[in-house]
Amino acid sequence: MKEGQTIMIFSYYPGCTLKTKAKDLDRYARKSAEYLGVTLEELPEWQCCGASYPMARDEIATKLSSVRALMSAKELDHDLVTVCSACHNVIKQVNNDMKNGGNTAKKVNNYLNPEVEYNGETNVIHYLEMLRDKIGFDVLSKAVRKPFAGKKIAAYYGCMLLRPGKVMQMDNPENPTIMEDFIRAIGGDPVIYPYRNECCGGYITLEDNCIAEKVSGKVLSSAQENGAELILTACPLCLYNLTKCGPENKIPVYYFTELLAEALGVKNEGGAENVGNEQ
Amino acid sequence: MSGTNSDLTEQVLRTSGVNVRKCMRCGKCSGTCPSYGEMEYHPHQFVYMVEKGEIDALMKSSYRCLSCMACVERCPRGVEPLKLIEAVRLMVVRQQGQNHLKADQIPGLLDEELPQQAIVSAFRKYSK
Repeated sequence: MKEGQTIMIFSYYPGCTLKTKAKDLDRYARKSAEYLGVTLEELPEWQCCGASYPMARDEIATKLSSVRALMSAKELDHDLVTVCSACHNVIKQVNNDMKNGGNTAKKVNNYLNPEVEYNGETNVIHYLEMLRDKIGFDVLSKAVRKPFAGKKIAAYYGCMLLRPGKVMQMDNPENPTIMEDFIRAIGGDPVIYPYRNECCGGYITLEDNCIAEKVSGKVLSSAQENGAELILTACPLCLYNLTKCGPENKIPVYYFTELLAEALGVKNEGGAENVGNEQ
Repeated sequence: MSGTNSDLTEQVLRTSGVNVRKCMRCGKCSGTCPSYGEMEYHPHQFVYMVEKGEIDALMKSSYRCLSCMACVERCPRGVEPLKLIEAVRLMVVRQQGQNHLKADQIPGLLDEELPQQAIVSAFRKYSK
């Protein structure tokens, strides 16, 4: 930590995939946070969020794991930071249900029967929002030691960071700038392309990867036509679909945290394997 | 009326919380749907078929939706067609023996890189 910075502590929800197939997303998020003077405290005994928000009004049990994480962050009195797009989407939408009272909040509180009712008090922020709103992209850009000077980088938002806009409230869902501002902060040159907030195919890849290939292919060619040299994402499934499905894909796809760690000069510090595996 | 069922319609409307009468048939949901070409019935058709009570036909055609929320975000009337598709799909998989994806199919669908997120979200969408 550098002089003049105040200590920021957040509760941290990594999610299942970040412990297995997407270790890089987690590892570089932790390394970069540490360098920026931010303490990410992993929640004790968190459970899988389910990776897909249960939209039906009568779905209660499927929301409980998210509520438990939210309640745990409330007890610790920290904002809750997520980094995976899917976890962020599920936990933020469930928190919104709890905040707005109604049927879900009532049934969840009846079932969990906590000493103090939970009504959406925890503030859920994505890692990118932490960089923008808590640390500041201006502070981040000053901390960068190895800028991606002149590199043409395409931000891929996908669906879950932005939608539904009225709940997620991260950015303008149709014309977002947070990832482009992040790219500028690490010294890169953001590429704006029309498919940056269109779907990669998501879970359909499991059942019918032809559909995922078609939709991911559109995203990739759109980025390529606009001159992208690499693509950034915050979502393990987007990374999988874009990497796996793109026909003649020559654009590499990275987690945004990996580029962040590289720009901050902390990517190879402390060995690659022993960070992020504390649990 | 053949092919309509008012109990099922009532259940879909209640589970989804969607007001189908708000739809003005502009077709923007289908225009923006990344899976449009894969679907037997498209998002705008879902809305008016639910309004007409043609649920049985929809129950056979709800697995091609990617849940990307584009139709939710871009509907100028806030109808949220995705929530209807989700409610219809749930109505199918909540029945005994009607899971669209079964656990013993999973090993055959895996590869080295497939993230857990894909399996978990597919189960959320296809099974109970």
